[in-house]
Amino acid sequence: MEPIITVKNISKKYTITHQQGGYVALRDVLANVAKKPFSFLKHKAKVAIGKEKKEEFWALKNINFTIEKGEAVGIIGANGAGKSTLLKILSKITPPTKGEIRFNGSMSSLLEVGTGFHPELTGRENIFLNGAILGMTKKEIARKFDDIVKFSGVGKFLDMQVKRYSSGMSVRLAFAVAAHMEPDILIVDEVLAVGDAEFQKKCLGKMDEVKRTGGRTILFVSHNLPAVQSLCKRCILMEAGEIKMIGETKDVIDKYLNNKASLSNIPLKDRKDRLGTGDVKITNIQFLDSQTREPLKTVSSGQNIVIEISYKSKKISENIKNPNFNLVFVSEQGTFISGVNSEMSSKRFKSIPSFGKVFCHIPRFPIMPGVYDIKLDLKMDGVIIDQIENAHTIKVEYGDFYETGVDNPYKRQGVFIKNTWELNASIT
Amino acid sequence: MKTTIIKPKKTLGLEDLKELWRYKELLYFFTWRDFKVRYKQTAVGISWAVFQPFMTMIVFSIFFGKFAKMPSDGIPYPIFVYTGLLFWQFFSTALSQTSSSLISNSNIITKVYFPRLILPISGVITKFVDFFIASIILAGMMVYYGYVPNMIGLLILPILLLITFMAATGGGLFLAAINVKYRDVRYILPYFIQIMLFLTPVIYPASMVGKYSWILAINPMTGVIKAARASLFGNAPINWELLGISFVTVSILFIIGIIFFKKTEAYFADIV
Repeated sequence: MEPIITVKNISKKYTITHQQGGYVALRDVLANVAKKPFSFLKHKAKVAIGKEKKEEFWALKNINFTIEKGEAVGIIGANGAGKSTLLKILSKITPPTKGEIRFNGSMSSLLEVGTGFHPELTGRENIFLNGAILGMTKKEIARKFDDIVKFSGVGKFLDMQVKRYSSGMSVRLAFAVAAHMEPDILIVDEVLAVGDAEFQKKCLGKMDEVKRTGGRTILFVSHNLPAVQSLCKRCILMEAGEIKMIGETKDVIDKYLNNKASLSNIPLKDRKDRLGTGDVKITNIQFLDSQTREPLKTVSSGQNIVIEISYKSKKISENIKNPNFNLVFVSEQGTFISGVNSEMSSKRFKSIPSFGKVFCHIPRFPIMPGVYDIKLDLKMDGVIIDQIENAHTIKVEYGDFYETGVDNPYKRQGVFIKNTWELNASIT
Repeated sequence: MKTTIIKPKKTLGLEDLKELWRYKELLYFFTWRDFKVRYKQTAVGISWAVFQPFMTMIVFSIFFGKFAKMPSDGIPYPIFVYTGLLFWQFFSTALSQTSSSLISNSNIITKVYFPRLILPISGVITKFVDFFIASIILAGMMVYYGYVPNMIGLLILPILLLITFMAATGGGLFLAAINVKYRDVRYILPYFIQIMLFLTPVIYPASMVGKYSWILAINPMTGVIKAARASLFGNAPINWELLGISFVTVSILFIIGIIFFKKTEAYFADIV
């Protein structure tokens, strides 16, 4: 039988403009021309004859795959691997630069639930508006209205403006509408990142039901590996805009985790999977004990540590202005745990030498036991100069953070929060 | 089952019209949303559509009609200026609504596909409804002042509305597409509209400009407003030639607007 989706040689190119504001003002373009008319002309001429190219970035390179009717296929990969770009092309939001996609039947996407929800409208009104935006007809919405309301559990507040809803309520309502779409192909991106645990379970259950009963096809992008595993038989692994592997979900996930682990074994300065302008490169990261200054393989919660970050600029003779080093702790499931950066927590660096080291002191390391990936980036005036996902992996062991001798009962990844308790005995 | 093909370049064609037709319900919902939202949490609700031109008419009548003794081609000044304002407001509000339609819906554009043309069109329709509501006042004033429009006059009203619609949509589509990349539009446009008000015979009769009236003729709204007054009050014969020129100009503007919009449409989500 003919596959329901055929993706042939899809590539997508973005042209990078190093503009840090949200949009280009005509004024800036004109001012640039006025300030440097000759270099502007020269630049334009060079672009015209193809000598100087605009900076290009291929978000997707030669993507090929087919999906059979009724399949649920997961797409996994690090941030920036091109998963979302692929989904955007599939759902016709942005066109590909090259290649062709064919699919049979109707397709709906849940790139983010609640698209088009209007805070001024009531829940009832938003069900209709959101439904229409997602591609349902008025008749269809009216027919499913009761089911949607029941599934969302916001029945009592149906005629209240959505701006007065709690965020959990509006997410539930939004998902309820989306869950009642009946497309032949359903694209889901990261919906499970929202809502409480119970609600997430409900969502997964619904997706499973959709898959089993309707014989419909699902494309599911998520960082939630257990969810992908339970829902999808087949999985696609993407890396730096290319397909790394297609196969049984379990194998693909293993490969992904292995890749991640092996990536952190390559010395940082040799890593190629980085984003940013590349003017300055982060060359190394090390966790050190703050007293002995010995490198640490594992850190204990509550330990005093120093993180050493080495960097090197392309322009040896110039100082680096207004740098901001940013370090993010990510759990194994890809969830953000916490982050620190040099701008937010202490005196910011104004100008630093073109190469050297910066140190981040963390007294009483407040992270709970587990394995964490470190995402590192360096920005200058808000522009990303260098960025590496999974720059480092650090294992955190049990340590007595509160110095109370009591075992940590939360067997999950997260942070410790300094706190004290007191009793107010004078109850009135 | 329908087969969809996604390719890099989309071509403008019959398929676009068919698609637009398939999405007509969404057009309805966007228009409905704009209406609902606009008058939420207001005390008098939809009456605002009437108040605005009505109050402007009163202020203009007092200052231009009474104090400045503006000529009005023998028609009572309030009804003279209200006719002009009615068409002018339809044009100017539709133009600014269309030109901001993509940006104000950018959160939807970047997440869901639908023919983008729906957004500016629904913007114009909203203003169209405002126009009809505000027309009730005009009808009342005509009764008050004892004017009976002739049949030909009533028949050309749809043509006048069509010209205004095409002028606002054509310009609006063009500006909407530019606005996605250059937000300067939202600063320039209010000025442009303000100045255009004086280059359109809304508060004064076109006859006042004398031999320079050809300058006004470039502005398609001149033809529309003149013809509207001529047909409703019979104060002058309808200038068919001028109306013809207006029609041709706005048709060109409309087509250019659509072509430009379609050409940049595919990339809105990337640059908005």
